Amino acid sequence: MSETITRRRLLTLAASSLATCGVAGRLYAAPAQGPRFLLVFLRGGYDATNALVPFSSSFYYEARPHIAIARPDPAAVSGALALDADWALAPALRDTLGALYARGEVAFVPFAGTDDLSRSHFETQDSIELGQPSGTAHDYRSGFLGRLVSALASGQSPPPPPIAFTDALPLAFEGPIEVPNLSLRDGGAPPFDARESQLLAAMYAGRPLESAVASGLELRQQVAAAMAAEMRAASRNAINTKGFELQAERMARLMSGTYRIGFVDVGGWDTHVNEGAQEGALAANLSGLGRGLTTFASALGSEEWRNTVVVVLSEFGRTFRENGDRGTDHGHGTVYWVLGGAVRGGRIAGEQVRVARATLFQDRDWPVLNDYRGLLGGLFRALWGLSSARCQQVFPQTTPLDLGLV
Amino acid sequence: MTSSLGSPIRTRHRRVASEPLRAVLGLLMLGALTLAVAACSAPRARTAAAAPPPGAQLDRADVLWLDRVGFGIDTPELTRFERLGRARFLAEQLRSSAAALPAPIAAQIQSLAISHLNLPATLADLERERRAIRFMASGVERQQARQELNRQGNELAYQAMRRELLRAVYSPAQLKEQMVWFWLNHFSVHQYKGDLRWLVADYEERAIRPNALGHFRDLVLATLEHPAMLEYLDNRHNALGHVNENYARELMELHTLGVGAGYTQEDVEVLARVLTGVGINAGPAPRLRGELRALYVRRGVFEFNPARHDFSPKILLGARVQGRGLAEVENAVTLIVREPACAQFISRELATYFVADDPPPALVAAMARTFEETDGDIAAVLRTLFLSRELDTALGGKLKDPMRYVISAVRLAYDDRPISNARPLIGWLRALGEAPFDRQTPDGYPLTESSWSSPGQMSRRFEIARAIGRGNDHLFDSEDQTIPRTAGFPQLSSRLYFATVEPYLAPRTRATLGQAESAPEWNTFLLASPELNYE
Repeated sequence: MSETITRRRLLTLAASSLATCGVAGRLYAAPAQGPRFLLVFLRGGYDATNALVPFSSSFYYEARPHIAIARPDPAAVSGALALDADWALAPALRDTLGALYARGEVAFVPFAGTDDLSRSHFETQDSIELGQPSGTAHDYRSGFLGRLVSALASGQSPPPPPIAFTDALPLAFEGPIEVPNLSLRDGGAPPFDARESQLLAAMYAGRPLESAVASGLELRQQVAAAMAAEMRAASRNAINTKGFELQAERMARLMSGTYRIGFVDVGGWDTHVNEGAQEGALAANLSGLGRGLTTFASALGSEEWRNTVVVVLSEFGRTFRENGDRGTDHGHGTVYWVLGGAVRGGRIAGEQVRVARATLFQDRDWPVLNDYRGLLGGLFRALWGLSSARCQQVFPQTTPLDLGLV
Repeated sequence: MTSSLGSPIRTRHRRVASEPLRAVLGLLMLGALTLAVAACSAPRARTAAAAPPPGAQLDRADVLWLDRVGFGIDTPELTRFERLGRARFLAEQLRSSAAALPAPIAAQIQSLAISHLNLPATLADLERERRAIRFMASGVERQQARQELNRQGNELAYQAMRRELLRAVYSPAQLKEQMVWFWLNHFSVHQYKGDLRWLVADYEERAIRPNALGHFRDLVLATLEHPAMLEYLDNRHNALGHVNENYARELMELHTLGVGAGYTQEDVEVLARVLTGVGINAGPAPRLRGELRALYVRRGVFEFNPARHDFSPKILLGARVQGRGLAEVENAVTLIVREPACAQFISRELATYFVADDPPPALVAAMARTFEETDGDIAAVLRTLFLSRELDTALGGKLKDPMRYVISAVRLAYDDRPISNARPLIGWLRALGEAPFDRQTPDGYPLTESSWSSPGQMSRRFEIARAIGRGNDHLFDSEDQTIPRTAGFPQLSSRLYFATVEPYLAPRTRATLGQAESAPEWNTFLLASPELNYE
């Protein structure tokens, strides 16, 4: 596609669509066609074992004397929530992901991950975001979401507009097509009002950066509008939203309009020390994540949520046994989450193995039975009806996995 | 009109004004700006009369040319240029011994720990501390020891960034500063790999800076022998029987010849074998037998260990590599930098950075000729570039990258007034994605516009323009940020402004400035304008 649509041309297309609808127009306009995809990257390697708890495994309780999550109690309305005979959801996710699970809108894929064995955050995050065949030298100019956007662009029509909700463009979006990026983490007053934005943009009229400047300012205006809506909602509901929940609300507003392929990252998962169990550092982080995801779903509205798939992943899982500091160290296999109004969820998906000491990888970690490239490739194929050739473009040398999730 | 315009200029060096005085000053400035705005739409003669001293307007081509030589014009540079003119100014800039830093900035830098660091001792301490932590029982104490070490590394890396940025803003040797930045990026290292936070200050000071305007071969060898590069690209692990090609590949692909220059995978493998044994050692020297002992080299923590070196004969780029041991490494580098592809690649990189995203081939060819004729004299190549017609043609058409944008905005806003807190500069550069020593990948930050002009990045720029324009930038807080100092918004309609910016504002920019409702807003619009984002 890069022959037919250059980055510059795409930007112009995106910007001209911005210019014609204006702020309110774009926020509430009929959404663009096609499915919506959001990738949530948990940076730091979250402890999947204490999010999706293998409670039927006695080895789990042996391996984690201080930080294991207590077995679910069917009679209780708090504590871990049993999903089936083997797996339970951490108490911190009970009200959020638990509710989605009950509605069949989330599937968990345990034993997921990559074949990268460096156990280095830096190296593994990079290799996942690049999504290139293992054993080849990294090409840092080509990330898998960048290739997805390219694969979806055909002929004269621009691809589904991508956006990264990050300060810097993530490696995943590297590629020939320009991707706007804007972190939604910071609150505060919008920097420029409509008059100032218009005066700023006017200076660039007729110049090569006219469209970039206009759409950049426009993006900030949209965030400002999203934030004004938050304030109204907050005064009505008296809920003090913060952290990821706040970002999720803004993401939903931006993605309900123009943007179709999004990326966001959430940090703070590297729990080497005092990880906690029912409560504590990990629980607090999971709880914020869970609230953010349900906020994202409800802010989109049920109809648009049916047209949306969210994948939550992390670079690796953590050691199955707790360490000497009541935390866990860098491991291997992890649990991916697949959410969406039309996702065939309410189940634990993918290839699985009984959780026991004998099935650990290198006697320390969860094994990886579901390669992330196959998993995501299968999802993309189903979502957009990608041909085999397009799938190969996104994840070369990978066979897409069909887990029947969408 | 002249007097009220003059008054803020007379008062702009006041540091802290009392509240009532500041209020009066604010009003005065507002008045001055309204007048300045009025002057924008007035005939040229009136504007010139308003700008003290009269007749201080610089030719547009000279303004843009000066913008390319340095990080944006400040008053000392303007004064110097007015006296010398292009050719002599350039000659002065190309001499390595250009004027010293202003005293307060030199004193700030002198007070930093990195200015007094003994690298071998520091690395030996670090290794000792790491070992001690490994043997500590897990618990709070071990955690604290880890955090302390981490804090130390962060502080040293911060100081390296701070010094780099202070020099960029205040050094009169602006071209040299641009070249230090250019080479830091060309021979890019990432502070968060391994122990690099302890190494980056020394890397800039001893490998890059002394060679920034010197001979290219010396520069390559200085980076090759620096522990920062040896750690970043893993050559410290490259040994006979355990060959690591990482550095060898990047040395040719990124540092000297460029991808597609015609070297082969076999050349990469051969160069990797040449580089076996080139590494780091902060501990005692290894015990070696007779002949090997004579070939052992140790300079600081740089080590060439012949026991790890592959002594078999090697053909690189079609030529037999002469010499034994470290001499073989030096000869291989000479072989590489004398390839015509190297002259071409380095000239093109320089022209992309200084002239245009797609530099004119004739200019690149002329620079490459100079490179070959002078055996890689960087100053000579730059002279070819800066006195070329092609540069004149390209003036005004290059988007400043974040580094050049941020530094030039601060130079215009605060001129030679010394800032006390560099953290906001680093924060802005991080937000725009181009902070020193922050590039993860060895290719360095991109040199072309498309990497810096995304919608998100442009609106970020405007937010930074707003922070500076409103004086809400914390640049004058105390360094530990415990004493916030309100400096007031900067007075942008200065002599510098009237001499270098005002005469060349485009009509659309004037129209926007004319609708500013306050002085801080006027400042913001000016700093966000195309005129200050392009050079």
